[in-house]
Amino acid sequence: MFAYYLDLALRSCRANPVLTGLMVLALGLGIGASMTTLTVYHVLSADPLPGRSERLHLVQLDAGQLQGWRAGEEPDEQLTRLDAQNLLAEARAPRQALMSGGTAIVQDQAEQAEARSVSARYASADFFAMMGAPLRFGSGWSAADDAAHARVVVISHELNERLFGGADSSGRSLRVQDTEMRIIGVLAPWRLTPHFYDLNMGSYARVEELFVPFATAMEIGLNRAGSMNCWGNERVNDPLAAGANCAWMQYWVELPDAQARQDYRAYLVAYAERQRQAGRFERPPNERLRSVRAWLVHKQVVPGDVRLQLWLALGFLLVCLTNTVGLLLAKCLRGTPQIGVRRALGASRKAIFAQHLVEALVIGGAGGLLGLLLAWIGLLGVRMNPASYAELARLDGPMLAACIAVSLLASVAAGLLPAWRAAQVAPALQLKSQ
Amino acid sequence: MSLHLGPIFKTLRRHKIAAGLIVLEVGLSCAIICNAVFLIGHRLAAMQLPSGFAEQESVVLQLAPIRKEANVDAATQRDLALLRGLPGVQQASVLNQVPFGDSSNNGGISRSADAARPDANASWYLAGEGWLASSGLRLLAGRDFHPEEYQSLALLRGQPDASIPGVLISRTLAEHFFPGESALGKEVYPGGNKPVKVLGVIETLGRVRPGDVQSQGDYAVVLPVRVGYDAGVYLLRAQAGQREAVIKAARAALLQADRRRVFEPALGIDELRQRHFQQDRYMAWTLALVCLVLLVVTALGIIGLANFWVRQRSRMIGTRRALGATRGQILRYFQLENLLLSALGIALGMVAAYAINLALMLNYQLPRLPLAYLPVGALALLALGQLAVLGPARRAAALPPVQVLRG
Repeated sequence: MFAYYLDLALRSCRANPVLTGLMVLALGLGIGASMTTLTVYHVLSADPLPGRSERLHLVQLDAGQLQGWRAGEEPDEQLTRLDAQNLLAEARAPRQALMSGGTAIVQDQAEQAEARSVSARYASADFFAMMGAPLRFGSGWSAADDAAHARVVVISHELNERLFGGADSSGRSLRVQDTEMRIIGVLAPWRLTPHFYDLNMGSYARVEELFVPFATAMEIGLNRAGSMNCWGNERVNDPLAAGANCAWMQYWVELPDAQARQDYRAYLVAYAERQRQAGRFERPPNERLRSVRAWLVHKQVVPGDVRLQLWLALGFLLVCLTNTVGLLLAKCLRGTPQIGVRRALGASRKAIFAQHLVEALVIGGAGGLLGLLLAWIGLLGVRMNPASYAELARLDGPMLAACIAVSLLASVAAGLLPAWRAAQVAPALQLKSQ
Repeated sequence: MSLHLGPIFKTLRRHKIAAGLIVLEVGLSCAIICNAVFLIGHRLAAMQLPSGFAEQESVVLQLAPIRKEANVDAATQRDLALLRGLPGVQQASVLNQVPFGDSSNNGGISRSADAARPDANASWYLAGEGWLASSGLRLLAGRDFHPEEYQSLALLRGQPDASIPGVLISRTLAEHFFPGESALGKEVYPGGNKPVKVLGVIETLGRVRPGDVQSQGDYAVVLPVRVGYDAGVYLLRAQAGQREAVIKAARAALLQADRRRVFEPALGIDELRQRHFQQDRYMAWTLALVCLVLLVVTALGIIGLANFWVRQRSRMIGTRRALGATRGQILRYFQLENLLLSALGIALGMVAAYAINLALMLNYQLPRLPLAYLPVGALALLALGQLAVLGPARRAAALPPVQVLRG
């Protein structure tokens, strides 16, 4: 039966090429636009570390002054250096890492290559294991290296390509600003989408090129970059000093289960209470412990423009659908005499309904194909967009499936009303009027 | 011209669904286009906010020392002397930041010492000697800093009790703090509990990262503090048309003074502005494209349906023609019908446009849709509808009376 309906649908489309073309075009445009924006949305709201991100949590404490305090207010999203170092020293989670961003000028030991400024991350030892950093050569550093302020670095794949032509450079020397450092690890190509562990560097920033133990970076005075919030009425002379009232460090902990999360939260409250009794914290404990997902939602990482485009495209699809319903209806009504004949020859209402739905599906399928093509072109356009996330916009398996599903759904939605109208055609009346 | 609305209503009542769909489509398009055009206007307005700087003549040089500078203040002074001596350079200075630049330093500023929260958030410009001439900013009132009032940031850090002799503030901040009176000589509290006198008011001084047009003022404060070049940028004002030559000469001179430095690409503030608003420009183009395609789709829908109606009613048209109706009357019938449907759609669209705008206001801190956008959108869609229906209507008018009746 389906084959027969298909044949009828194709005949009907061939009989009205302009109308059919208009419908396919309208559906294609709508599906193309919405698939383009849906893909961008899908890519940008992706899980940066599948299978691992549920365990990673960002720690927030409220070390601010009592002046201007409002109960329940969101605490600073970063920690002071002292708090970060205290939590790290007490090490209550299976894994934890303090970190901050920075920039450093690097040059090969022989000073052959031109000196370049690179983005850097100053972190503690667990960083690599927690973030699932893929190491190509060598390894990360140890807690002992942290304690010893070891002059060691891990470099990115890209930096290794540039300075050492991609060879195994572990064990070789690298000049970082004034200091000679030993490369102990080289990363494989690595990108986190979003750059969740420090969103201040840009939500979709690339992973840093140089990794230095935090204690070492502070000792040799490397430049810090990122957001910093200072408070208090005293002018802060050295905001990077451990005692300064400045929050600028990210602190992540790995907590395997709900029990661990609960315990860690209790520990944070106790820590804040201790700091308050010691006279350091002025505010009552006001901690936050957010998983990666919760953190990304809280920070509304997906750019407002992308959400706006998504809504715009959905509105556009709605207009295109309305258009298609109208045109399908017109086409259907034009075929009323034939429907009358078919009905008189014994076709049931159900059969007429099915036949017209199949016709809608044929048009929807063609529109979907066109939409896929347009989405592909649209994504090419998105990749030319200046934003840092632009290059990430690519069609993947799930989105391809979603595209097909959307076009089928859209065509069924568009076909329902005209098919129902067609099924209402009375057999006798139509025959008489001929 | 007499309007024969009766027959039109009668016909439309027999095609409720099709007519309803056209109304719906026009309404949705109208709602989306009104808001999209508004968003485009909003973006364009933000892109044109003045910074106050002489952008076309500016050169921003950013460089970093490879080794830590032993005396960064001395190195900065040496560099500035070199830069000022270059041909084509009107003035050079060191600033912690420039509009649309890489670093953005903002802080609280209050009118009283005991404010629980800062009264305003302003962009903090730390400016060294020559900043006014090299920036091209204009003083509205008061005076520039005297040479002895500048201090180096490095020295300032060593003295917790050092105070700043005065600040200059932007006109918008002056009006915000002291509405209706002169700000000169008044005291403000930039990030602390020590009062500082307002020495002058700058006509226009933008934020480093101008955000939303409506929600934030151009609050900015200038402090007579000379940062080291490693923590800021050199701002040069080149003579007209000499920017390229100045950039080349400046690079050469600075490298000759000390080779161990890494340069960021030298750009003018106008180029930094271009870079800063890239995303907004892209978004404005996207919105414009969507509007255009939306108009095309709506027109196609109207054409398709009108074509169908003309064919379906060819007997009626033939009868009317045979009974003496002119071609013009047939043409006007279809035009009037479309006008009616479009008007209904637009009325619906206006309500929807307002609803969408409300949602945008809640989620994107956008201002209310100005009412002026509504008639513009309405006229555009009415014109579109008339244009789209013209082809099918003319075809209807061209139908010969006799042939149709025979058929």
